Amino acid sequence: MDHMIQLISIFSAAMAVSFGAIGPALGEGRAVAAAMDAIARQPESAGTVSRTLFVGLAMIETMAIYALVVALLVLFANPFVK
Amino acid sequence: MNHSPLETKVLYHIGSIAITEPVIITWAIIALLVTFAMLVTRRLSTIPSKTQTVLELFVGAIDGQIRGTMQVEPGPYRALIGTIFIFILLANWSSLIPGIEPPTAHLETDAALAAIVFCATIFYGIRTRGLGGYLKTFAEPTWIMIPLNIIEQITRTFSLIVRLFGNIMSGVFIGAIVLSLAGLFVPIPFMALDLLTGAIQAYIFTVLAMVFIGAAVAEGPQESPATPNGK
Repeated sequence: MDHMIQLISIFSAAMAVSFGAIGPALGEGRAVAAAMDAIARQPESAGTVSRTLFVGLAMIETMAIYALVVALLVLFANPFVK
Repeated sequence: MNHSPLETKVLYHIGSIAITEPVIITWAIIALLVTFAMLVTRRLSTIPSKTQTVLELFVGAIDGQIRGTMQVEPGPYRALIGTIFIFILLANWSSLIPGIEPPTAHLETDAALAAIVFCATIFYGIRTRGLGGYLKTFAEPTWIMIPLNIIEQITRTFSLIVRLFGNIMSGVFIGAIVLSLAGLFVPIPFMALDLLTGAIQAYIFTVLAMVFIGAAVAEGPQESPATPNGK
């Protein structure tokens, strides 16, 4: 029984990260594409755009990090595994 | 790899209180900052020395950020915001010293920092608006929003904790995995990326703290300052 729970935990941790990473990946791609577009149109604003881009990317990345934290909780702090 | 990132290593005990590794590193960072600040500010003059010029530049940058984000005079908030930024930055970058894990890679340190921001939000809100005025902001725009506003206070503090913890801890974790898989010099590019992540996360934590406090002290009914209220 305990083995079964561990097996399911590992599987669900992998699922959490893999599916949780899809949304942020698409979002980051769109953000970078928009920033490239903006820099191509207005090269003199490259500094401001890339600074804002970095902060925005870190914000978007947080969603993937949440998924990672949930996966680690499932793996290392699972209440059903002794 | 086989030790959990959610546990902390206990170094020794004072009485029944366990002293863990992040606590020691946090104390070291605090001692370093306090000593440096005391040494530098002992001889301040109107004609600044080199160190004083750099420090004034830094304080000016923090003031500019506070003015831009919170739309208020930076005086009462400079100490708190500046300390949060410098402490998190040093804590994130302390992983550069071999054998030291950054204290922000443990949930407890981040929880303490977010609790400080949470209390500061309430403190500054009550100080600017008075107790009744601050409580009234929970009923904006209508009283139906009261439960949602209370939940928001808790969830945004929680997301502040998990954001910092997840980013720094994942950096440490990836470094350990790559080291065990590949070898001695392979994790160096990842560590360089960690430096960037650490700086950005320190900046984001500070900006969010400023946004939260700014929303609590903002004048008039329009709640949100110019910056987006990120989650």
